[in-house]
Amino acid sequence: MTAFLGLFRRDLSLALRHGGDTGLVIGFFVLAVILFPFGVGPEPELLQRIGAGVVWVAALLAALLSLDRLFEADYRDGELDLLALSNLPLELAVLAKCAAHWVGTGLPLALTSPFLALLVNLDRSAIGMLFASLLIGTPSLSLIGSVGAALSLGARRQGVVLALLVLPLYIPPLIFGAGAVEASEAGNGARAYLLILGAMSLAALAFCPWASAAALRQALE
Amino acid sequence: MINWLANPARFMRLSAKAVPWCGWTTAVVLAVGLFWSLVLAPPDYQQGDTVRIMYVHVPAAWMALSIYLFVAAASAVALVWRHPLAEVAARAAAPIGAAFTFVCLATGSLWGRPMWGAWWVWDARLTSVLVLFFLYLGYIALASAFDDPARGGRAGAVLALVGVVNLPIIKFSVDWWNTLHQPASVMRIGGPRIALSMLAPLLMMAVGFSLLFVVLLLLRMRTSLNERRAMALRLNADAAPAWRAGRERVISAQISVP
Repeated sequence: MTAFLGLFRRDLSLALRHGGDTGLVIGFFVLAVILFPFGVGPEPELLQRIGAGVVWVAALLAALLSLDRLFEADYRDGELDLLALSNLPLELAVLAKCAAHWVGTGLPLALTSPFLALLVNLDRSAIGMLFASLLIGTPSLSLIGSVGAALSLGARRQGVVLALLVLPLYIPPLIFGAGAVEASEAGNGARAYLLILGAMSLAALAFCPWASAAALRQALE
Repeated sequence: MINWLANPARFMRLSAKAVPWCGWTTAVVLAVGLFWSLVLAPPDYQQGDTVRIMYVHVPAAWMALSIYLFVAAASAVALVWRHPLAEVAARAAAPIGAAFTFVCLATGSLWGRPMWGAWWVWDARLTSVLVLFFLYLGYIALASAFDDPARGGRAGAVLALVGVVNLPIIKFSVDWWNTLHQPASVMRIGGPRIALSMLAPLLMMAVGFSLLFVVLLLLRMRTSLNERRAMALRLNADAAPAWRAGRERVISAQISVP
Protein backbone atom coordinates (compact mmCIF):
# COMPACT_ATOMS: atom_id res chain seq x y z
CA MET A 1 0.00 0.00 0.00
CA THR A 2 2.88 2.36 0.84
CA ALA A 3 4.46 1.59 -2.51
CA PHE A 4 1.13 2.16 -4.26
CA LEU A 5 0.62 5.53 -2.59
CA GLY A 6 4.24 6.49 -3.15
CA LEU A 7 3.99 5.77 -6.86
CA PHE A 8 0.70 7.64 -7.06
CA ARG A 9 2.16 10.68 -5.30
CA ARG A 10 5.31 10.65 -7.39
CA ASP A 11 3.43 10.48 -10.70
CA LEU A 12 1.01 13.16 -9.63
CA SER A 13 3.68 15.60 -8.50
CA LEU A 14 5.62 14.95 -11.72
CA ALA A 15 2.48 15.72 -13.72
CA LEU A 16 1.75 18.91 -11.80
CA ARG A 17 5.30 20.27 -11.64
CA HIS A 18 6.74 18.98 -14.86
CA GLY A 19 6.49 21.93 -17.22
CA GLY A 20 2.73 22.11 -16.84
CA ASP A 21 1.66 18.78 -18.35
CA THR A 22 -1.77 19.34 -16.87
CA GLY A 23 -1.80 22.94 -18.07
CA LEU A 24 -1.03 21.89 -21.63
CA VAL A 25 -3.86 19.37 -21.64
CA ILE A 26 -6.33 21.97 -20.37
CA GLY A 27 -5.04 24.49 -22.90
CA PHE A 28 -5.60 22.03 -25.71
CA PHE A 29 -9.07 21.20 -24.40
CA VAL A 30 -10.14 24.85 -24.29
CA LEU A 31 -8.66 25.65 -27.72
CA ALA A 32 -10.24 22.61 -29.38
CA VAL A 33 -13.70 23.62 -28.11
CA ILE A 34 -13.19 27.27 -29.07
CA LEU A 35 -12.42 26.25 -32.67
CA PHE A 36 -15.97 24.97 -33.19
CA PRO A 37 -17.84 28.30 -33.04
CA PHE A 38 -15.42 29.55 -35.71
CA GLY A 39 -16.07 26.47 -37.83
CA VAL A 40 -19.85 26.11 -37.58
CA GLY A 41 -20.80 29.72 -36.86
CA PRO A 42 -21.77 31.43 -33.59
CA GLU A 43 -25.57 30.83 -33.57
CA PRO A 44 -26.49 30.07 -29.92
CA GLU A 45 -29.11 27.43 -30.78
CA LEU A 46 -26.72 25.48 -32.98
CA LEU A 47 -23.96 25.63 -30.37
CA GLN A 48 -26.36 24.54 -27.68
CA ARG A 49 -27.42 21.59 -29.83
CA ILE A 50 -23.88 20.31 -30.52
CA GLY A 51 -22.17 21.70 -27.39
CA ALA A 52 -22.16 18.58 -25.23
CA GLY A 53 -20.78 16.41 -28.01
CA VAL A 54 -18.11 18.96 -28.87
CA VAL A 55 -16.91 19.20 -25.26
CA TRP A 56 -16.85 15.43 -24.93
CA VAL A 57 -14.91 14.93 -28.17
CA ALA A 58 -12.41 17.61 -27.16
CA ALA A 59 -12.01 15.90 -23.77
CA LEU A 60 -11.31 12.57 -25.51
CA LEU A 61 -8.65 14.14 -27.70
CA ALA A 62 -7.08 15.96 -24.77
CA ALA A 63 -6.95 12.71 -22.79
CA LEU A 64 -5.45 10.97 -25.81
CA LEU A 65 -2.71 13.60 -26.10
CA SER A 66 -1.70 13.11 -22.49
CA LEU A 67 -1.44 9.31 -22.70
CA ASP A 68 2.13 9.18 -23.93
CA ARG A 69 3.38 10.54 -20.63
CA LEU A 70 1.79 7.62 -18.76
CA PHE A 71 4.62 5.12 -19.38
CA GLU A 72 6.89 6.65 -22.02
CA ALA A 73 9.39 8.52 -19.79
CA ASP A 74 9.61 5.65 -17.31
CA TYR A 75 10.13 3.21 -20.17
CA ARG A 76 13.02 5.26 -21.57
CA ASP A 77 14.93 5.80 -18.33
CA GLY A 78 14.48 2.21 -17.13
CA GLU A 79 12.16 3.02 -14.26
CA LEU A 80 9.57 0.57 -15.62
CA ASP A 81 12.07 -2.28 -15.33
CA LEU A 82 12.52 -1.43 -11.65
CA LEU A 83 8.75 -1.29 -11.18
CA ALA A 84 8.39 -4.71 -12.80
CA LEU A 85 11.05 -6.11 -10.45
CA SER A 86 9.62 -4.51 -7.30
CA ASN A 87 7.32 -6.18 -4.78
CA LEU A 88 4.35 -4.15 -5.97
CA PRO A 89 2.41 -6.25 -8.53
CA LEU A 90 2.63 -4.62 -11.94
CA GLU A 91 -1.19 -4.49 -12.13
CA LEU A 92 -1.27 -2.31 -9.03
CA ALA A 93 1.56 -0.15 -10.35
CA VAL A 94 -0.52 0.42 -13.49
CA LEU A 95 -3.52 1.26 -11.33
CA ALA A 96 -1.50 3.80 -9.33
CA LYS A 97 -0.23 5.39 -12.53
CA CYS A 98 -3.75 5.51 -14.01
CA ALA A 99 -5.10 7.07 -10.81
CA ALA A 100 -2.39 9.74 -10.93
CA HIS A 101 -3.08 10.26 -14.63
CA TRP A 102 -6.78 10.73 -13.92
CA VAL A 103 -6.16 13.25 -11.14
CA GLY A 104 -3.69 15.02 -13.43
CA THR A 105 -5.92 15.15 -16.54
CA GLY A 106 -9.43 13.68 -16.19
CA LEU A 107 -10.32 15.63 -13.08
CA PRO A 108 -9.03 18.99 -14.40
CA LEU A 109 -10.91 18.33 -17.67
CA ALA A 110 -14.14 17.78 -15.73
CA LEU A 111 -13.48 20.89 -13.62
CA THR A 112 -12.88 23.02 -16.74
CA SER A 113 -15.95 21.76 -18.54
CA PRO A 114 -18.57 24.05 -16.87
CA PHE A 115 -16.62 27.08 -18.12
CA LEU A 116 -16.56 25.66 -21.66
CA ALA A 117 -20.24 24.76 -21.37
CA LEU A 118 -20.94 28.48 -20.89
CA LEU A 119 -19.04 29.24 -24.10
CA VAL A 120 -21.20 26.82 -26.08
CA ASN A 121 -24.37 28.10 -24.46
CA LEU A 122 -25.54 25.01 -22.57
CA ASP A 123 -28.28 25.69 -20.02
CA ARG A 124 -27.80 25.27 -16.27
CA SER A 125 -28.98 21.71 -15.74
CA ALA A 126 -27.01 20.56 -18.78
CA ILE A 127 -23.86 22.14 -17.35
CA GLY A 128 -24.20 20.10 -14.17
CA MET A 129 -24.88 16.98 -16.19
CA LEU A 130 -21.83 17.60 -18.41
CA PHE A 131 -19.66 17.95 -15.32
CA ALA A 132 -21.13 14.79 -13.78
CA SER A 133 -20.76 12.74 -16.98
CA LEU A 134 -17.14 13.81 -17.42
CA LEU A 135 -16.42 13.07 -13.77
CA ILE A 136 -17.85 9.56 -14.12
CA GLY A 137 -16.55 8.88 -17.63
CA THR A 138 -12.96 10.17 -17.59
CA PRO A 139 -11.60 7.35 -15.36
CA SER A 140 -12.45 4.93 -18.16
CA LEU A 141 -10.50 7.17 -20.59
CA SER A 142 -7.34 6.95 -18.45
CA LEU A 143 -7.74 3.18 -17.92
CA ILE A 144 -8.53 2.24 -21.53
CA GLY A 145 -5.79 4.61 -22.68
CA SER A 146 -3.25 2.90 -20.44
CA VAL A 147 -3.70 -0.31 -22.47
CA GLY A 148 -2.98 1.55 -25.70
CA ALA A 149 -0.04 3.42 -24.18
CA ALA A 150 1.49 0.20 -22.87
CA LEU A 151 0.98 -1.62 -26.19
CA SER A 152 2.54 1.11 -28.30
CA LEU A 153 5.67 1.59 -26.14
CA GLY A 154 8.69 1.76 -28.39
CA ALA A 155 6.68 1.68 -31.61
CA ARG A 156 7.61 3.66 -34.67
CA ARG A 157 5.36 6.75 -34.97
CA GLN A 158 3.93 5.93 -31.58
CA GLY A 159 1.44 8.82 -31.48
CA VAL A 160 -0.41 7.75 -34.61
CA VAL A 161 -0.50 4.09 -33.60
CA LEU A 162 -1.75 5.08 -30.15
CA ALA A 163 -4.58 7.16 -31.61
CA LEU A 164 -5.58 4.34 -33.97
CA LEU A 165 -5.68 1.87 -31.06
CA VAL A 166 -7.40 3.98 -28.45
CA LEU A 167 -9.95 6.13 -30.28
CA PRO A 168 -12.21 3.21 -31.40
CA LEU A 169 -12.27 1.98 -27.80
CA TYR A 170 -13.24 5.50 -26.63
CA ILE A 171 -16.45 5.45 -28.65
CA PRO A 172 -18.69 3.78 -26.01
CA PRO A 173 -17.89 6.30 -23.22
CA LEU A 174 -18.38 9.10 -25.75
CA ILE A 175 -21.82 7.81 -26.79
CA PHE A 176 -23.11 7.53 -23.25
CA GLY A 177 -21.35 10.64 -21.92
CA ALA A 178 -22.71 12.94 -24.60
CA GLY A 179 -26.00 11.02 -24.49
CA ALA A 180 -26.45 11.82 -20.80
CA VAL A 181 -26.21 15.57 -21.41
CA GLU A 182 -28.51 15.36 -24.40
CA ALA A 183 -31.11 13.35 -22.47
CA SER A 184 -31.11 15.88 -19.63
CA GLU A 185 -31.50 18.74 -22.14
CA ALA A 186 -34.44 16.95 -23.75
CA GLY A 187 -36.02 16.54 -20.33
CA ASN A 188 -35.66 12.75 -20.23
CA GLY A 189 -33.93 11.15 -17.28
CA ALA A 190 -30.17 10.91 -17.73
CA ARG A 191 -29.85 8.39 -14.93
CA ALA A 192 -29.59 5.34 -17.21
CA TYR A 193 -26.80 6.97 -19.23
CA LEU A 194 -24.84 7.86 -16.11
CA LEU A 195 -25.28 4.34 -14.74
CA ILE A 196 -23.98 2.76 -17.95
CA LEU A 197 -21.10 5.25 -17.98
CA GLY A 198 -20.29 4.31 -14.39
CA ALA A 199 -20.49 0.62 -15.32
CA MET A 200 -17.97 1.21 -18.12
CA SER A 201 -15.56 2.96 -15.79
CA LEU A 202 -15.88 0.16 -13.24
CA ALA A 203 -15.42 -2.54 -15.88
CA ALA A 204 -12.36 -0.69 -17.18
CA LEU A 205 -11.09 -0.47 -13.60
CA ALA A 206 -11.43 -4.23 -13.28
CA PHE A 207 -9.97 -5.30 -16.63
CA CYS A 208 -7.62 -2.65 -17.99
CA PRO A 209 -4.85 -2.93 -15.34
CA TRP A 210 -4.49 -6.63 -16.25
CA ALA A 211 -4.29 -5.93 -19.96
CA SER A 212 -1.87 -3.01 -19.46
CA ALA A 213 0.35 -5.06 -17.17
CA ALA A 214 0.44 -7.89 -19.73
CA ALA A 215 1.36 -5.38 -22.43
CA LEU A 216 4.07 -3.81 -20.24
CA ARG A 217 5.57 -7.24 -19.47
CA GLN A 218 5.96 -8.06 -23.12
CA ALA A 219 7.37 -4.58 -23.80
CA LEU A 220 10.02 -5.13 -21.13
CA GLU A 221 10.96 -8.64 -22.25
CA MET B 1 -2.50 -31.57 -33.67
CA ILE B 2 -1.44 -28.15 -32.46
CA ASN B 3 2.00 -29.36 -31.48
CA TRP B 4 2.33 -31.47 -34.56
CA LEU B 5 1.69 -28.46 -36.78
CA ALA B 6 4.13 -26.28 -34.84
CA ASN B 7 6.91 -27.29 -37.18
CA PRO B 8 7.02 -24.66 -39.96
CA ALA B 9 8.72 -27.05 -42.41
CA ARG B 10 5.94 -29.59 -41.96
CA PHE B 11 3.35 -26.83 -42.37
CA MET B 12 5.00 -25.71 -45.61
CA ARG B 13 4.92 -29.26 -47.01
CA LEU B 14 1.28 -29.84 -46.04
CA SER B 15 0.03 -26.43 -47.14
CA ALA B 16 1.78 -26.76 -50.52
CA LYS B 17 -0.44 -29.80 -51.14
CA ALA B 18 -3.57 -28.27 -49.61
CA VAL B 19 -3.56 -24.92 -51.43
CA PRO B 20 -4.42 -26.18 -54.97
CA TRP B 21 -7.19 -28.46 -53.67
CA CYS B 22 -8.73 -25.75 -51.48
CA GLY B 23 -8.28 -23.21 -54.27
CA TRP B 24 -10.22 -25.20 -56.86
CA THR B 25 -12.96 -26.16 -54.40
CA THR B 26 -13.33 -22.50 -53.47
CA ALA B 27 -13.56 -21.47 -57.11
CA VAL B 28 -16.27 -24.06 -57.82
CA VAL B 29 -18.29 -23.35 -54.67
CA LEU B 30 -18.12 -19.57 -55.16
CA ALA B 31 -19.04 -19.86 -58.86
CA VAL B 32 -22.05 -22.05 -58.07
CA GLY B 33 -23.00 -19.90 -55.08
CA LEU B 34 -22.77 -16.65 -57.04
CA PHE B 35 -24.78 -18.01 -59.98
CA TRP B 36 -27.38 -19.48 -57.63
CA SER B 37 -27.76 -16.34 -55.54
CA LEU B 38 -27.43 -13.69 -58.26
CA VAL B 39 -29.44 -15.45 -61.02
CA LEU B 40 -31.46 -18.46 -59.81
CA ALA B 41 -32.69 -17.35 -56.39
CA PRO B 42 -36.11 -15.68 -56.38
CA PRO B 43 -36.32 -11.89 -56.04
CA ASP B 44 -37.81 -10.64 -52.78
CA TYR B 45 -41.50 -9.65 -52.90
CA GLN B 46 -40.67 -6.28 -51.33
CA GLN B 47 -37.06 -5.54 -52.19
CA GLY B 48 -36.98 -7.01 -55.69
CA ASP B 49 -33.52 -7.79 -56.99
CA THR B 50 -31.85 -5.60 -54.38
CA VAL B 51 -32.12 -8.54 -52.00
CA ARG B 52 -29.28 -10.21 -53.91
CA ILE B 53 -26.81 -7.87 -52.19
CA MET B 54 -27.66 -9.83 -49.05
CA TYR B 55 -25.95 -12.95 -50.45
CA VAL B 56 -22.62 -11.14 -50.34
CA HIS B 57 -23.28 -8.86 -47.40
CA VAL B 58 -24.38 -11.41 -44.78
CA PRO B 59 -21.60 -14.00 -45.36
CA ALA B 60 -19.05 -11.15 -45.41
CA ALA B 61 -20.36 -9.97 -42.04
CA TRP B 62 -20.17 -13.50 -40.63
CA MET B 63 -16.61 -13.76 -41.90
CA ALA B 64 -15.68 -10.39 -40.43
CA LEU B 65 -16.74 -11.56 -36.98
CA SER B 66 -15.42 -15.11 -37.16
CA ILE B 67 -12.04 -14.02 -38.55
CA TYR B 68 -11.68 -11.60 -35.65
CA LEU B 69 -12.45 -14.48 -33.30
CA PHE B 70 -9.84 -16.55 -35.18
CA VAL B 71 -7.24 -13.77 -34.79
CA ALA B 72 -8.01 -13.50 -31.08
CA ALA B 73 -7.87 -17.28 -30.56
CA ALA B 74 -4.61 -17.57 -32.49
CA SER B 75 -3.22 -14.65 -30.45
CA ALA B 76 -4.17 -16.39 -27.21
CA VAL B 77 -2.44 -19.58 -28.38
CA ALA B 78 0.62 -17.55 -29.40
CA LEU B 79 0.76 -15.78 -26.02
CA VAL B 80 0.12 -18.83 -23.85
CA TRP B 81 2.03 -21.59 -25.63
CA ARG B 82 4.42 -19.45 -27.72
CA HIS B 83 3.23 -21.44 -30.70
CA PRO B 84 5.38 -20.34 -33.64
CA LEU B 85 2.68 -20.67 -36.30
CA ALA B 86 -0.18 -19.16 -34.29
CA GLU B 87 1.37 -15.70 -34.43
CA VAL B 88 2.00 -16.04 -38.17
CA ALA B 89 -1.61 -17.15 -38.60
CA ALA B 90 -3.02 -14.23 -36.58
CA ARG B 91 -1.01 -11.67 -38.53
CA ALA B 92 -1.89 -13.28 -41.84
CA ALA B 93 -5.61 -13.42 -41.03
CA ALA B 94 -6.05 -9.79 -39.92
CA PRO B 95 -5.88 -8.09 -43.36
CA ILE B 96 -8.27 -10.71 -44.79
CA GLY B 97 -10.69 -9.98 -41.97
CA ALA B 98 -10.34 -6.25 -42.56
CA ALA B 99 -11.14 -6.82 -46.25
CA PHE B 100 -14.27 -8.83 -45.42
CA THR B 101 -15.35 -6.12 -42.97
CA PHE B 102 -14.89 -3.53 -45.67
CA VAL B 103 -16.90 -5.62 -48.14
CA CYS B 104 -19.63 -5.95 -45.51
CA LEU B 105 -19.73 -2.18 -44.91
CA ALA B 106 -19.59 -1.33 -48.61
CA THR B 107 -22.33 -3.75 -49.69
CA GLY B 108 -24.44 -2.65 -46.74
CA SER B 109 -24.05 0.92 -47.87
CA LEU B 110 -25.04 0.01 -51.45
CA TRP B 111 -28.12 -1.77 -50.11
CA GLY B 112 -28.98 1.02 -47.68
CA ARG B 113 -29.17 3.69 -50.39
CA PRO B 114 -32.26 2.28 -52.20
CA MET B 115 -33.83 0.65 -49.11
CA TRP B 116 -33.28 3.15 -46.30
CA GLY B 117 -32.61 6.16 -48.52
CA ALA B 118 -29.17 6.79 -47.02
CA TRP B 119 -25.65 5.50 -47.65
CA TRP B 120 -24.95 5.44 -43.97
CA VAL B 121 -26.97 5.71 -40.76
CA TRP B 122 -25.50 5.87 -37.26
CA ASP B 123 -27.21 2.73 -36.16
CA ALA B 124 -25.78 0.50 -33.41
CA ARG B 125 -25.00 -2.42 -35.73
CA LEU B 126 -23.31 -0.25 -38.34
CA THR B 127 -21.33 1.71 -35.79
CA SER B 128 -20.08 -1.38 -34.00
CA VAL B 129 -18.99 -2.99 -37.29
CA LEU B 130 -17.17 0.24 -38.14
CA VAL B 131 -15.39 -0.02 -34.79
CA LEU B 132 -14.49 -3.62 -35.70
CA PHE B 133 -12.95 -2.33 -38.93
CA PHE B 134 -10.84 0.16 -36.96
CA LEU B 135 -9.82 -2.57 -34.52
CA TYR B 136 -8.52 -4.57 -37.49
CA LEU B 137 -6.63 -1.51 -38.75
CA GLY B 138 -5.23 -0.86 -35.28
CA TYR B 139 -4.07 -4.47 -35.01
CA ILE B 140 -2.37 -4.34 -38.42
CA ALA B 141 -0.72 -0.99 -37.61
CA LEU B 142 0.48 -2.14 -34.20
CA ALA B 143 1.76 -5.51 -35.39
CA SER B 144 3.95 -3.80 -38.01
CA ALA B 145 5.00 -0.79 -35.91
CA PHE B 146 8.04 -2.34 -34.26
CA ASP B 147 11.54 -2.91 -35.58
CA ASP B 148 11.49 -6.28 -33.83
CA PRO B 149 8.73 -8.34 -35.51
CA ALA B 150 8.35 -10.64 -32.47
CA ARG B 151 7.53 -7.64 -30.28
CA GLY B 152 4.92 -6.46 -32.81
CA GLY B 153 3.34 -9.90 -32.81
CA ARG B 154 3.04 -9.99 -29.02
CA ALA B 155 1.69 -6.43 -28.74
CA GLY B 156 -0.84 -7.19 -31.47
CA ALA B 157 -1.88 -10.36 -29.65
CA VAL B 158 -2.72 -8.44 -26.48
CA LEU B 159 -4.68 -5.88 -28.52
CA ALA B 160 -6.60 -8.61 -30.35
CA LEU B 161 -7.68 -10.09 -27.01
CA VAL B 162 -8.76 -6.69 -25.68
CA GLY B 163 -10.82 -6.10 -28.84
CA VAL B 164 -12.88 -9.28 -28.29
CA VAL B 165 -15.08 -7.06 -26.05
CA ASN B 166 -16.56 -5.67 -29.25
CA LEU B 167 -17.75 -9.01 -30.67
CA PRO B 168 -20.78 -9.61 -28.40
CA ILE B 169 -21.67 -5.93 -28.77
CA ILE B 170 -21.87 -6.36 -32.56
CA LYS B 171 -23.74 -9.66 -32.40
CA PHE B 172 -26.38 -8.47 -29.95
CA SER B 173 -26.53 -4.79 -30.96
CA VAL B 174 -29.68 -5.46 -32.98
CA ASP B 175 -31.35 -7.05 -29.95
CA TRP B 176 -30.20 -4.61 -27.28
CA TRP B 177 -30.99 -1.43 -29.17
CA ASN B 178 -34.03 -0.75 -31.25
CA THR B 179 -32.20 -0.21 -34.53
CA LEU B 180 -32.83 0.30 -38.20
CA HIS B 181 -30.77 -2.78 -39.07
CA GLN B 182 -33.04 -5.84 -38.99
CA PRO B 183 -32.49 -8.37 -36.18
CA ALA B 184 -30.92 -11.77 -36.76
CA SER B 185 -33.00 -13.95 -39.06
CA VAL B 186 -30.75 -16.96 -39.66
CA MET B 187 -28.89 -17.75 -36.45
CA ARG B 188 -31.72 -17.26 -33.98
CA ILE B 189 -33.48 -19.30 -31.32
CA GLY B 190 -36.37 -21.12 -32.98
CA GLY B 191 -34.64 -21.71 -36.30
CA PRO B 192 -34.03 -19.49 -39.31
CA ARG B 193 -36.81 -17.15 -40.43
CA ILE B 194 -35.95 -17.04 -44.07
CA ALA B 195 -37.32 -19.03 -47.03
CA LEU B 196 -35.33 -22.13 -47.96
CA SER B 197 -34.98 -20.93 -51.58
CA MET B 198 -32.97 -17.99 -50.19
CA LEU B 199 -31.34 -19.74 -47.24
CA ALA B 200 -29.68 -22.43 -49.40
CA PRO B 201 -27.73 -20.06 -51.69
CA LEU B 202 -26.89 -17.91 -48.66
CA LEU B 203 -25.32 -20.89 -46.89
CA MET B 204 -23.55 -21.85 -50.12
CA MET B 205 -21.99 -18.38 -50.25
CA ALA B 206 -21.03 -18.64 -46.58
CA VAL B 207 -19.23 -21.94 -47.26
CA GLY B 208 -17.55 -20.37 -50.29
CA PHE B 209 -16.36 -17.34 -48.28
CA SER B 210 -15.04 -19.60 -45.50
CA LEU B 211 -13.08 -21.65 -48.04
CA LEU B 212 -11.80 -18.45 -49.60
CA PHE B 213 -10.57 -17.38 -46.17
CA VAL B 214 -8.76 -20.69 -45.69
CA VAL B 215 -7.03 -20.43 -49.08
CA LEU B 216 -6.01 -16.80 -48.59
CA LEU B 217 -4.83 -17.56 -45.05
CA LEU B 218 -2.67 -20.48 -46.21
CA LEU B 219 -1.20 -18.40 -49.03
CA ARG B 220 -0.45 -15.45 -46.74
CA MET B 221 1.08 -17.71 -44.09
CA ARG B 222 3.27 -19.37 -46.71
CA THR B 223 4.37 -15.98 -48.00
CA SER B 224 5.18 -14.77 -44.52
CA LEU B 225 7.20 -17.91 -43.69
CA ASN B 226 9.05 -17.66 -47.02
CA GLU B 227 9.81 -14.01 -46.26
CA ARG B 228 11.30 -14.99 -42.92
CA ARG B 229 13.40 -17.64 -44.58
CA ALA B 230 14.64 -15.20 -47.20
CA MET B 231 15.52 -12.73 -44.45
CA ALA B 232 17.43 -15.40 -42.52
CA LEU B 233 19.31 -16.46 -45.67
CA ARG B 234 20.20 -12.85 -46.44
CA LEU B 235 21.47 -12.25 -42.92
CA ASN B 236 23.54 -15.43 -43.15
CA ALA B 237 24.93 -14.41 -46.52
CA ASP B 238 25.89 -10.99 -45.13
CA ALA B 239 27.47 -12.49 -42.07
CA ALA B 240 29.30 -15.34 -43.79
CA PRO B 241 32.25 -13.50 -45.45
CA ALA B 242 33.07 -11.62 -42.27
CA TRP B 243 32.88 -14.81 -40.29
CA ARG B 244 35.10 -16.67 -42.76
CA ALA B 245 37.64 -13.84 -42.79
CA GLY B 246 37.80 -13.84 -39.00
CA ARG B 247 38.15 -17.61 -38.98
CA GLU B 248 41.01 -17.52 -41.49
CA ARG B 249 42.82 -14.91 -39.44
CA VAL B 250 42.52 -17.13 -36.36
CA ILE B 251 43.75 -20.17 -38.26
CA SER B 252 46.72 -18.32 -39.75
CA ALA B 253 47.54 -16.98 -36.29
CA GLN B 254 47.46 -20.52 -34.95
CA ILE B 255 49.71 -21.70 -37.74
CA SER B 256 52.20 -18.90 -37.24
CA VAL B 257 52.28 -19.32 -33.47
CA PRO B 258 54.68 -22.26 -32.99
